[in-house]
Amino acid sequence: MKPSAFTYHAPRTLTEALTLVATLDNARVLAGGQSLMPMMNYRVVQPEHLIDLGRIPELAFVEDTADGLKVGAMTTQRTIERSDVVQKRCPLLIDALFHVGHQQTRNRGTIGGSICHLDPSAELPVTACALDAVLTAASNNGRRKITFADFPAGYLTTSLEPDEILVQIDFGKWPERAGSAFEEYAVRPADFAIVSIATVIALDEGDIVTDARIAAGGIAPVPTRLTNVETMLKGKRVSSALIERAATAAATLPAEGDDMNPAEYRQELAGHLTQRALTKALQRVRASADT
Amino acid sequence: MSGKSLGTASLSPERSGELIGSSVPRVEDTRLLRGEARFIDDIVLPDMLHAVFARSRSAHARIKGVDTAAAKAVPGVHAVLLYADLRPLLTCDRIPLALAAAAVKFDAEPVCLVNDEACYVGEPIALVVADNRRIAEDAAALIEVDYDELPVVTDPHDGLLPGAPRARLDCPDNLTAEHVVKYGDVDRIFGTAAHTFSEQFRMEKGGGFSIEPRGIIARYDAVEDLLTVWNGTQTPHRAKTVMVQTLGLAEHQLRVIAPDVGGGFGPKAVFHPEEIAIPAAALLLRRPIKWFEDRLESFTATVQERRQIWNVEVAFDAAGKLGGIRGRIYHDHGANVPYGVALPYNGITNMIGPYVLPALHLTASLCLTNMVPVAPTRGAGRPQGTFVMERMLDRIARTLDLTRDEVRRRNLIPPEQMPYATPIKQRDGSVMTYDSGDYPQCQRRALAAADWNGFEERRVAALREGRLLGIGLANYVEGTGRGPFESTAIRIGASGQIFVTSGATAQGQGTKTMLAQLAASVFGVSPDRVHVTDGDTAATPLGLGAFASRQAVTAGNAAYLAAQSVAEKAKAVASVMLEVAPEDLELKDGEIRVAGVPKLKKSLAEVARALGGLPGFALPGNMDPGLAAAVDYQPMGMTYTNGTHIAEAEVNPISGAVKIHRYTVVHDCGRMINPMMVEGQVRGGVVHGIGMTLFELMRFDDSGQPLTGTLADYLLPTADVVPRIDIHHMESPSPLNPLGVKGAAESGTIGAPSVVISAIEDALRPLELRITELPILPARLRALIRTAQKAAKHA
Repeated sequence: MKPSAFTYHAPRTLTEALTLVATLDNARVLAGGQSLMPMMNYRVVQPEHLIDLGRIPELAFVEDTADGLKVGAMTTQRTIERSDVVQKRCPLLIDALFHVGHQQTRNRGTIGGSICHLDPSAELPVTACALDAVLTAASNNGRRKITFADFPAGYLTTSLEPDEILVQIDFGKWPERAGSAFEEYAVRPADFAIVSIATVIALDEGDIVTDARIAAGGIAPVPTRLTNVETMLKGKRVSSALIERAATAAATLPAEGDDMNPAEYRQELAGHLTQRALTKALQRVRASADT
Repeated sequence: MSGKSLGTASLSPERSGELIGSSVPRVEDTRLLRGEARFIDDIVLPDMLHAVFARSRSAHARIKGVDTAAAKAVPGVHAVLLYADLRPLLTCDRIPLALAAAAVKFDAEPVCLVNDEACYVGEPIALVVADNRRIAEDAAALIEVDYDELPVVTDPHDGLLPGAPRARLDCPDNLTAEHVVKYGDVDRIFGTAAHTFSEQFRMEKGGGFSIEPRGIIARYDAVEDLLTVWNGTQTPHRAKTVMVQTLGLAEHQLRVIAPDVGGGFGPKAVFHPEEIAIPAAALLLRRPIKWFEDRLESFTATVQERRQIWNVEVAFDAAGKLGGIRGRIYHDHGANVPYGVALPYNGITNMIGPYVLPALHLTASLCLTNMVPVAPTRGAGRPQGTFVMERMLDRIARTLDLTRDEVRRRNLIPPEQMPYATPIKQRDGSVMTYDSGDYPQCQRRALAAADWNGFEERRVAALREGRLLGIGLANYVEGTGRGPFESTAIRIGASGQIFVTSGATAQGQGTKTMLAQLAASVFGVSPDRVHVTDGDTAATPLGLGAFASRQAVTAGNAAYLAAQSVAEKAKAVASVMLEVAPEDLELKDGEIRVAGVPKLKKSLAEVARALGGLPGFALPGNMDPGLAAAVDYQPMGMTYTNGTHIAEAEVNPISGAVKIHRYTVVHDCGRMINPMMVEGQVRGGVVHGIGMTLFELMRFDDSGQPLTGTLADYLLPTADVVPRIDIHHMESPSPLNPLGVKGAAESGTIGAPSVVISAIEDALRPLELRITELPILPARLRALIRTAQKAAKHA
């Protein structure tokens, strides 16, 4: 359980890193290493070059802008979790991080690393999916923006080109009068979730749903937006009956299962967690409206 | 003094002082906490090479050829060894591990490397030795094995059907052994019983997964003509015996040392192929070689427990008293037999537990399969037997509308019948006899400690909050302190330091403290003044090691008797030196003092020096030389620990999640030497049992490929899912040994599955759901609940 031989590169600037990814064959970019290193130890991946982004300061930042929260790809999960700006501008991220690994792994793990690893049970990609995050990929040819919907190319696979590095995630503007929640079920706390639900719901003063976003992890090879459930909610006055109907709809969406956690079980969990998440998000809207 | 047990010698209270029975700090901990311990991977020898095994990727195949050319060509590789390379160093084709037993139909012993037939994924085929581990892994990946695939056996029931493929072509069929345990007039009892029912139980149990995996270092020193093997084993003396036999060495040419070992739990009591392959390679290459198991190998190359299927029928009367049990057990034994065939037998004999069972007829069939070999892990088959009995008692209670505590009360062996000869005749012909205990009182105390009678209020209060709470109860007995012997010697030299050497072997359970505490109690010193050497064949010629919750009973009594013998001798010598009658002397703080005259004394060091001898002078009092004694303690019989567990669990019917809120244990392991260490063992055992009930599952597909290979898939119980465990003690001293002690290391595991499942069923009581399988992970529990809900809707 030792990785096969590789050359370690520790660029100090993004430009240097981009030159390396553009020129080296069979190279992998190393972020926090919480998934990549075990995969290398198991020899599931055997890169010849490892490009460590950990010494590039320009990739680690949390920025509050007029367009909303922007986070550098190499920002550690622990930094985000403790950020007042994130708490104010994108509280869903904090809720999601509560479920991510352990404090020790969050000290190393980065937001960009998790989003690029794209594990279907990981919390951060599901959050990015719910928030329609816009990802910035950089290469020697410049930068391009990718909306999260276009980001996954399949199981554990992104649409980044081999010479591209994810540098920034824009979470957009947090809606007015909104509440959010992240709910998941794992056998042990901090395990990979079997199913997870991220939601943001916004209401007008008459309790009419003005915005609803729901994303699920664990029912498909990539994070899934529950668009028909969102449509059910939008424009309606919230009630427990409405949430109930939304949960029932979430529980009837197609899901992919396996021997351990069959589709039927995942569907039931999706419904149950949707109900829990919407209820909690709604409570939060009301709590924030009261203050 | 050796050879004979002193079963009835009594413990003299003035000698033991307060030390026995007190929770003194562990003598091991200073080194462990300072990081000064030396585990296998901490040992680095000059010129040491590193080994990696290339293992079978097929569950069953004829090996037509192995191409090692590319692997050999990797820079830094010293050798790539196959069976044919090692065979000239070996005295036999297979590792001689067969244990004589009437149940054995034929032997299926393991090989150190596959010759022509691979029988499970992970079986070692080639050994790569290189400058470092990484290079060895690079090279191992380049070895090309030409597999001719054969049909596989993956189920212990189907593997015994006529026409089933053979798991090993060198065996006539897959039935490697069969046990029949039979007593009482079973047919008559079933013919006349008021009630009977039958049930099928399907139980998985997992591996040991100690924090330190297995590891081995072998070094041959040509100057000394000595092969030294550092081996993370629970049984260094047995390992030496097997190595001596297989490598054709004499005893003086081999030393086996179990250094600091980070957990055992059973698998490290088993001799694995690597324990021959690495020493053989070290002899061949004349370089020290280290192999350290990686986590993937923990799943594919280390013995584990797995599936048992029990088809049983029970007869009982209108009052709920047991009449008889009959049925058949199918036991997955894996691809070979590295550690005897006692696992299902333990399950059967343990099933009767603390209950009166008039008749029994069970047959256990041990089926070879194409999966990792099976050998005992903590509990060694007993959790399964107890599970079957306790599930059936719960169902009897339900059938007769009795409470679960009442049905047990009616069947418990009354204390006045102790010692209680069960109707079971053991493998050695002796009758399985419970030595002491008060089972009804144990249950009574547990019910009180857990506030069993107050539970309904808690259930109702929880229901008001929409939470489903249940309570479970289980009793169990564990045979501990297996013989035939253990050796412990005590020697005091000119320094006055008390040295204990023992065949006992520690893996973290506090064995050194236990031995030091017993010796210290006799010499009136603090345990940290006693130096203990365990797990070293050079320190003690004989020994058996750690298994069957045995070391306190066997090595502990040996230490205690040896210390007494040394103390008597010290007093006798001091009486000559001080010219005082021995009865006027007392042993305190490591000194022999004249009672009432504290200045008249001799230290143990002075006595030891006197017994060391001076040229030309007689020894004082014409004693034998040396202040030392060795005892090979042979227990008269097994000592039987018992306990009652009660757990309260909350079930989420939607996710199938189970959360254990309260866990109560009343435990009786006879006289306790160190209650803190007993509690550590009981608590660890309970956690292990919770793991096998709710979390741990080793999976294989139909082709015998393991589907579980990381600790992210194989879930061990972590601190955040383990409840607070309240432990209460009873002390029914064993009449069978001088200390009155019984073993404690495995018993926590035995009760846990039964009690957790009982609590889950209770929480789901309205659904009339029965759980007859282990483990029960959330998705599976949800499936059972869903089925029961649908049935309830249609009813």
